[in-house]
Amino acid sequence: MPRLVSHPDEIKLVSRRFGMGATNIDRYLELGGYEAVKKCLAQGPEWIVEEMKASGLRGRGGAGFSAGMKWSFVPKQSAKPKYILVNGDESEPGTCKDHLIFLHDPHAVIEGTIIAGLAVGAKMGFIYLRGEYRYLLEIMERAVADAYDRGYLGKNIFGSGNEFQIITQTGAGAYEVGEESALMESLEGKRGVPRIKPPFPAVVGLYGGPTVINNAETIATVPQVITMGAQAYAALGTPRNGGTRLFCISGHVERPGVYELPMGYNLKKMIYEVAGGIRGGRKLKAVVPGGSSTPVLLPEEIDIGMDFDQVGKAGSMLGSGGVVVIDDQTCIVEFALRTISFYAHESCGWCIPCREGTDWLKKSLTRFHAGFGTDADIGNMQYLAENMLGRTFCPLGDAAAMPTIAFLKKFRKEFEDHLNGTPCPFAREGVPQLTVV
Amino acid sequence: MPDVTFTVDGKKLTAPAGTLLIDACRKAGIEIPAFCYYPGLSLQAACRMCVVRQEKVPKLQTACTTTVAEGQVFITESPEIAQARKATIELLLGNHPLDCPVCDAGGECELQDMTFKYGAGESHYVEVKHHRDEQQWSPAVFYDRPRCILCYRCIRMCGEGMDVWALGIHNRGANSVIVPNDHQQLDCEQCGMCIDVCPVGALTSGSYRYKTRPWEMSHVSTVCTHCADGCKVTLGVRSTNDGAEIVRADNRDKSGINNDFLCAKGRFGFDFVESPDRLTQPLVRNAAGKLEPATWEHALRVAAAKLKEIRDARGGAAIGVIGSDRTTNEENYLLQKFARTVLQTNNIDHERTTDYAAFAHALAGTAGKTASLRDISSACAILLVGGNPTEEHPLLAWLLRTNVRLNRARLYIANSKPIKLDRQAKATQELPPDGFKSLAAFLDQGTSDFSKSLQAEESLVVLFGEEFRGEAVENLVAWGLKRGNVRFAYLGDHSNSRGAADMGLFPDLLPGYVPIEAPGAFAEYPNRPAAPGKTLPQMLEAASNGELGALLVVGANPVSRAKLDHAALKNTFIIVQDLFLTETAALADVVLPAASLYEKSGTVTNTYGDIQMVRKAADRAGVKPDFEILVRLAGAMGVDVSTLVPFGKRGTTGDLGQSRGAQAGEADRHAVWLEANNLEPKLSPFDPLALLDEIERLVPGYTLDRINLFAGNDVHTKLEATPGFVPVQALSNPDLIVPAHDTLFTSGTLGQYSTALKQLTQHQAKELAETAAD
Amino acid sequence: MSPTSETMSLFSPALARRFDALVEKYPVKRSALIPMLLYAQDEVGYLSDAVVAEVAQRIGITELEVRNVATYYSMLRFKPAGKFNIQVCTNISCMLRGAYEVYERFQEELGVGPKGVTSDGLFSVEEVECIGACCWAPAIQVNYDFHDDLKPDLVPGILDQYRNPIQDQEKDQEKNA
Ligand SMILES: Cc1cc2nc3c(=O)[nH]c(=O)nc-3n(C[C@H](O)[C@H](O)[C@H](O)COP(=O)(O)O)c2cc1C
Ligand code: SF4
Ligand code: FES
Repeated sequence: MPRLVSHPDEIKLVSRRFGMGATNIDRYLELGGYEAVKKCLAQGPEWIVEEMKASGLRGRGGAGFSAGMKWSFVPKQSAKPKYILVNGDESEPGTCKDHLIFLHDPHAVIEGTIIAGLAVGAKMGFIYLRGEYRYLLEIMERAVADAYDRGYLGKNIFGSGNEFQIITQTGAGAYEVGEESALMESLEGKRGVPRIKPPFPAVVGLYGGPTVINNAETIATVPQVITMGAQAYAALGTPRNGGTRLFCISGHVERPGVYELPMGYNLKKMIYEVAGGIRGGRKLKAVVPGGSSTPVLLPEEIDIGMDFDQVGKAGSMLGSGGVVVIDDQTCIVEFALRTISFYAHESCGWCIPCREGTDWLKKSLTRFHAGFGTDADIGNMQYLAENMLGRTFCPLGDAAAMPTIAFLKKFRKEFEDHLNGTPCPFAREGVPQLTVV
Repeated sequence: MPDVTFTVDGKKLTAPAGTLLIDACRKAGIEIPAFCYYPGLSLQAACRMCVVRQEKVPKLQTACTTTVAEGQVFITESPEIAQARKATIELLLGNHPLDCPVCDAGGECELQDMTFKYGAGESHYVEVKHHRDEQQWSPAVFYDRPRCILCYRCIRMCGEGMDVWALGIHNRGANSVIVPNDHQQLDCEQCGMCIDVCPVGALTSGSYRYKTRPWEMSHVSTVCTHCADGCKVTLGVRSTNDGAEIVRADNRDKSGINNDFLCAKGRFGFDFVESPDRLTQPLVRNAAGKLEPATWEHALRVAAAKLKEIRDARGGAAIGVIGSDRTTNEENYLLQKFARTVLQTNNIDHERTTDYAAFAHALAGTAGKTASLRDISSACAILLVGGNPTEEHPLLAWLLRTNVRLNRARLYIANSKPIKLDRQAKATQELPPDGFKSLAAFLDQGTSDFSKSLQAEESLVVLFGEEFRGEAVENLVAWGLKRGNVRFAYLGDHSNSRGAADMGLFPDLLPGYVPIEAPGAFAEYPNRPAAPGKTLPQMLEAASNGELGALLVVGANPVSRAKLDHAALKNTFIIVQDLFLTETAALADVVLPAASLYEKSGTVTNTYGDIQMVRKAADRAGVKPDFEILVRLAGAMGVDVSTLVPFGKRGTTGDLGQSRGAQAGEADRHAVWLEANNLEPKLSPFDPLALLDEIERLVPGYTLDRINLFAGNDVHTKLEATPGFVPVQALSNPDLIVPAHDTLFTSGTLGQYSTALKQLTQHQAKELAETAAD
Repeated sequence: MSPTSETMSLFSPALARRFDALVEKYPVKRSALIPMLLYAQDEVGYLSDAVVAEVAQRIGITELEVRNVATYYSMLRFKPAGKFNIQVCTNISCMLRGAYEVYERFQEELGVGPKGVTSDGLFSVEEVECIGACCWAPAIQVNYDFHDDLKPDLVPGILDQYRNPIQDQEKDQEKNA
């Protein structure tokens, strides 16, 4: 069972029921559950969308797009059925927050999905969990069944005359399926290859119908926004970055864990106070602030507020909220290699720059880390990554290119130290050096 | 869509709103590179070669998915764009073998061309390339994985284009790989379209690969000799010691109605031309009763003497003539003219696979009621009754699928059995096996959904097959004429069956279905016998009874189909012109080796009535075109051949030079020189196109748009509309129709001499057996 | 005709019934494909030709289409793995906290290399991408069970849990309680 943590600076909204047995529907009700959806039924769709816009809630899946805005793009009239699709594919390395939501508060996801459905006029929602989350899928399935039993889902939810169905779905191992259009493809039983945009999902999505796709945390936040009111929620964060979010602090900190902190919370404080500082009193070397696709920050760059705009200004991204802390005993070349290996493994292979680019970066870094690098390699890798950037079919190519460029730029010296057959200065006991076959 | 104006590279362009930028640019002569984009197939945006800069848009955009709108501004060539394309090519080349000199596609490879253009000459990668062994997926298709650039053209062509879906993609990322549907084997229609669309050397053709370098070939555009759809085909030819050989067939220039489409027969079935069984020397039966090689002079002398002797002694009625479904219009016209005027017989027929005569009769006096293939590919609604185009008319099936897919045409199918095209149909109607005759009545009742939606259609193209003969054709056509706004096409079997009928290979019909008794018809034919002659079965019967003195068979093999006592034919002097020693030829007294359709020029008419030019591509020492053989035979009989072929006349505009294929232009230049020197541009008596004027003059419906015809386009006959047309008086006997029912890999007698088609038949039989065993 | 739980299905009656229901569940039948493949693999151990064929028939698509999709997803396999498939996450958060050491230790204890299967068919071990347990790194999954906060020294204990059927039963009881 994943360990829960807490810290006084936390403002627990999404995580308020963690560890409180809220998987049980009665317990969820005791803890104020399904009140938000009743409020929404009373207030109507326009009100919900306006509340969501005013809340400043930005998508927690990575791109940080305003949830209210996204919902407002769905056409009122549609010949085809509309759908809500909850993205629980959670695969960006460094990210494990949706994991806890499904584990501790499945009904919050259901409630948020119903509200999204009411807001845009959808009668069906899908909750898609990555295949590895089988035990969480079982929890979700049970929760959905309970909600049906109580009449919270079905043909006549809460006796309101509205229909809403939820179907849970499992993936089978594919990071790219987290990309919204690839997610729809996967849900339609196809290869996880993204779709050409436009049209955007809000207009032509799942089975050709208008579809709202939101991250599981975004959806689980919705009832909180409704309950406490958009203004109060927005006020917790910074301008244009409403509320709180779940930060997943991992790597070389004393107290790794998922902490719910207000948007704009200082990164340095997050590492040194909330997460207890660097493990074993070592020194900080670098921080990946928002999941493995976001460019690395140096220790001198981390005195920033963790919201989409400030992290962006610092040259990186808030992404999925996965803060990965790296200490000074870590080989950045190896870290870069592991990062790139991931994207090479997960590239769907559709477009040339990503398919070939990630593969070549991985090969080059493998050889480089093994001590067979040359002067030209550094420039070549930089050239390659720069030529992938912005040229791929979907953002996965960027997700591989951006961190690569940052590693090469910010840690060039360390790359140079690997040249000329020098063994990796950080080679660890018991772990054989990767060799080139 | 209304037109919009936008700017590309500083030029103002106009196109309908929503046009893809890449198409709009190509139309305007601005070439945007692309690997994955293929017109008519679904969009991929995968290769990223077509990137362009659009004003006010932060990232480069793909021209293959960007639709044009008013006022947009694009740049398609700039250092930034060139760099993006170059980097993409570099990435591809990282794993791509750089052995262009030994690659089958070297010289016609899009990757090679792009590399040349964007100069990705320097390798940034030192790692070992992925290597995989080449795979053979079928006798026709080989796959070399390392050369594959994953443009997905093959998958889409097979799926969307052919509706076969035999190619897939497995794995992901750099491990992605194209796979065939049956454990490394292809279970499909073997059309080879995947090979054709592959921009590199990843998919190669079993029959062509590693035979030649592309630049060693000349390309001759002609018409496929197999089915009655008449695909335009470009033959890649190469000189050999004894002529010229065909090494490849495709239609990559997308000219003609078939665009780039060819089926397995058109693409691989040309190899009968090179068969070791080809006859290359005349054969004459000797005193011992054995066929033995002879010179052309001797063989023609023997044949001519015998024909003359029998005509003069017993009259023309003692001679029979059987023509071909595969020879050209000019040859067929000449054959019947020879029969009627020289042999003085109306005993002339061909192996009828369709009742074109009934069709012509039914349409008599109407105008514009026949549908060309072009009509079919643009029609909004089509009714297909009977037949199975996927097997028997692959091009028609392709055009129907394409029309449904791209233009949302509505296809209605009425048939006694399910067919593959049902998948494209808007509605289907099952008919009892004998239900075709009463179809018109059924449709008029209008009670079923099927007939209701049909009735709601404003216009209709009706396609029907051999299930309709005689009166049934009359009824169906009458139904359509009454309904209004209907055009028809009648589906026959061989590459020039329609031409054989149009050119009057009938005992009772002259060219253009003019009844033999029609007063004044073909008055310029000297000594034309007045009474109808014998049909093909009657001739064979007469021959068996010893009543026929001689039988001239041109490009036909009636013996293979008729139940005959071979010995009984020994009293008939049989002359056969053919490519092979067929069952019929084996019984002959004189066998004259003929050229195939790929070895001569002329015109052919497909089953829809579209006429196309045939051009000489291959050459074979020892053989002669049937046209020349007939002229020489007539000459040997002492006939003034200029009465048969009006050669040498001023004003004969027959040959503009293009008819000689590989030698195109030669005659043209010659004619120009002659005219410049005030000399007559003369045509030889062996030039089939010398007859074209006469055909135009005498055959109703064959008024031809020559510029288009000679330019290699299809020209629709106006059979019914011709003022000189005389309606057919008597209905032909439906029992004379014997459909061939050739399938994807069979092509009558000819197909039996194609190794490629035989291999494909075996391969698919094995696939079928395996599926059945599962 | 698609096989039903009653007829000649390759799967257990319970799973076959589940599949019968699964194809009815979605607006479009094909949406059942990926779950069906995964559940079939859970029961059969891998996607054999027969599994692919039956799934294709149930969904109403070609076997090629099934393979196109199945080969895309990394959890689906075409060869048997061990009864307990140990998946060690070595992605960044886990790597930073010793995942490779844990991975090495599993291989040592089991005497197999990457993707190896023990000779008794009980265990297999492979390196996998991030499994969404970054804050409790290093983490592994044995089939679908998560084990967090690992150290190489915890490896023998984890193996014992799966080796020892009694403990297994206890675990089951614990789960049911
Ligand atoms: C390669 C890639 C992987 C992604 N993976 C996930 C994911 O695992 N979970 C997620 O919620 N969003 C993921 N996203 C973002 C989604 O595309 C989408 O923006 C998001 O689900 C929208 O929800 P939100 O607006 O609530 O963030 C991914 C995007 C890309 C490009
Ligand atoms: S960038 Fe291209 S290859 Fe990469 S995941 Fe996206 S579409 Fe697939
Ligand atoms: S042609 Fe546009 S991306 Fe390939």
